[in-house]
Amino acid sequence: MGMTISEKILAKHAGVKSVEPGEIISVKVDIALGNDITAPIAIKEFKRAGAQKVFDKGRVALVPDHFAPNKDIASAEQCKILRDFAKEQDIENYFETGEMGVEHALLPEQGIVTPGDVIIGADSHTCTYGALGAFSTGVGSTDLAAAMVTGETWFKVPESMKFVYTGTLPKWVDGKDLILYTIGKIGVDGALYRSMEFTGPVIDSLPMDDRFTMANMAIEAGGKNGIIAPDAITKTYVEGRMKRPPVYYSSDADAVYSEVIEIDCSSLSPQVAFPHLPSNTRAVEEAGNVAIDQVVIGSCTNGRISDLRKAAAVLKGKKVAKYLRLIVIPATQQIYRQAMEEGLFEIFLDAGAAISTPTCGPCLGGHTGILAAGERSLATTNRNFVGRMGSPDSEVYLASPAVAAATAVKGVIASPEEVA
Amino acid sequence: MKFTGKVWKFGADIDTDAIIPARYLNTSDPEELAKHCMEDADPEFVNKVSPGDIILADKNFGCGSSREHAPISIKGAKVSCVVAKSFARIFYRNSFNMGLPIFESEEAYDKCDEGDVIEVDADNGVIRNITKGIEFNVAPIPPFMQQLIEDGGLMAHIEKRGK
Repeated sequence: MGMTISEKILAKHAGVKSVEPGEIISVKVDIALGNDITAPIAIKEFKRAGAQKVFDKGRVALVPDHFAPNKDIASAEQCKILRDFAKEQDIENYFETGEMGVEHALLPEQGIVTPGDVIIGADSHTCTYGALGAFSTGVGSTDLAAAMVTGETWFKVPESMKFVYTGTLPKWVDGKDLILYTIGKIGVDGALYRSMEFTGPVIDSLPMDDRFTMANMAIEAGGKNGIIAPDAITKTYVEGRMKRPPVYYSSDADAVYSEVIEIDCSSLSPQVAFPHLPSNTRAVEEAGNVAIDQVVIGSCTNGRISDLRKAAAVLKGKKVAKYLRLIVIPATQQIYRQAMEEGLFEIFLDAGAAISTPTCGPCLGGHTGILAAGERSLATTNRNFVGRMGSPDSEVYLASPAVAAATAVKGVIASPEEVA
Repeated sequence: MKFTGKVWKFGADIDTDAIIPARYLNTSDPEELAKHCMEDADPEFVNKVSPGDIILADKNFGCGSSREHAPISIKGAKVSCVVAKSFARIFYRNSFNMGLPIFESEEAYDKCDEGDVIEVDADNGVIRNITKGIEFNVAPIPPFMQQLIEDGGLMAHIEKRGK
């Protein structure tokens, strides 16, 4: 019987020939990741267990990105725990403010996560790296602590769901729309405990940044991981970037899936997820007249260079609507510099946007764009739960960078078609 | 394992931002986190809940972020256990890892009302609604998770059994 790409990667890391869904296995971990919210608890557990050294100082990544640059004294203390531990353990992949970026944009960019890897991260959006053809999933702090000690973790092998995207992508429709539409179709627990494998002709020609966006939001459907088999696009991205040699896996033709879902993309519109669930999606032209107070373009979902280019293309020569705040957050220092050099910053500044240093900031209601009661934000982020971006009486709408830019200009949720 | 307590009901897809909002994540102190447990789902919860009470939820409890602060805040609020139709996978894993007992039951949510006193008898796989005098099955805890509980959580499990 054939195996899926996820099963193959897991089998390899468990040191066995094959695995089957439901099996509990122990696997070697290539990279274990933590941030300023989750790593402090993991470090405490690590010390409490009496551990002296991490299993491999080159395979632990610590990224203070959520409440950094430190937003208050308590956050500064949390970040200091990471810094002190990184110094003590000589952690190679520690990123100080100034070199730091949003972790899930940073680790692929820096070549730290590689196709064929098993990666765990104490952050639910660790599933992002599946876009490279890695098995990557979010865990809690205690799981991170255990992996830092042993270099291993346990998994129940997930069943796989196959998503086949057919047709051709209409103008203004991108990876964000595909994943929002998919979550809207199957619900926030539609892939619970399962692997989401994204395939089909649309994926075959989908740019790398859009693939990261799709894998990033697998968790919003409850998925254990999202994954895309590596191809020429992956290889072009990976070449000269990766610190370890990539291993390319693909699913067997006779691999077993618990479900196959086909989505014809030819008639899709840009999508908007309404409050308070990522599955509460509708086409942008059905959004109605929703006035917006703040637009955020950034995050591990949509803070990459092509996201900023898409936003800039819509914003060029336009002004942000009166009384609306547009906050643009390039996800890494490299993206920040590139956007500046390409002239995107000028477009954003001319439009009246605020440009921030890389941070998760407003996405989780941390800082740099918190909402008051009654306010609404449209964001390129990944969650629109109650209180996600500030007051429990505020609202968050999720959409692509192009829709975000159009909305910033119009002051109400708008299609890029109306602006460009 | 047996837990008896008053039921507090919550709906479907209760996310970790509702369980412990990110605005409180600049600390991992259990007592501090307990003060804000379930705040964005029910701001009055921490004032109403008594030690030993039980959270009873619909499907997909704990969806969203990986923050272990969520089960820590529930445990800190002295809730004895959580029963739900299903749990999001990271929350499920975190709860076993750090020692918050959780149980899956399809029936309990539909057949219990808020304020009912229930007894979760994990050893016999039964939940008894003492107020209503009815009982239903609880899904058995998988053997590996059982082992984690017996060892006292993931870190203790590793120390005990090696890698």
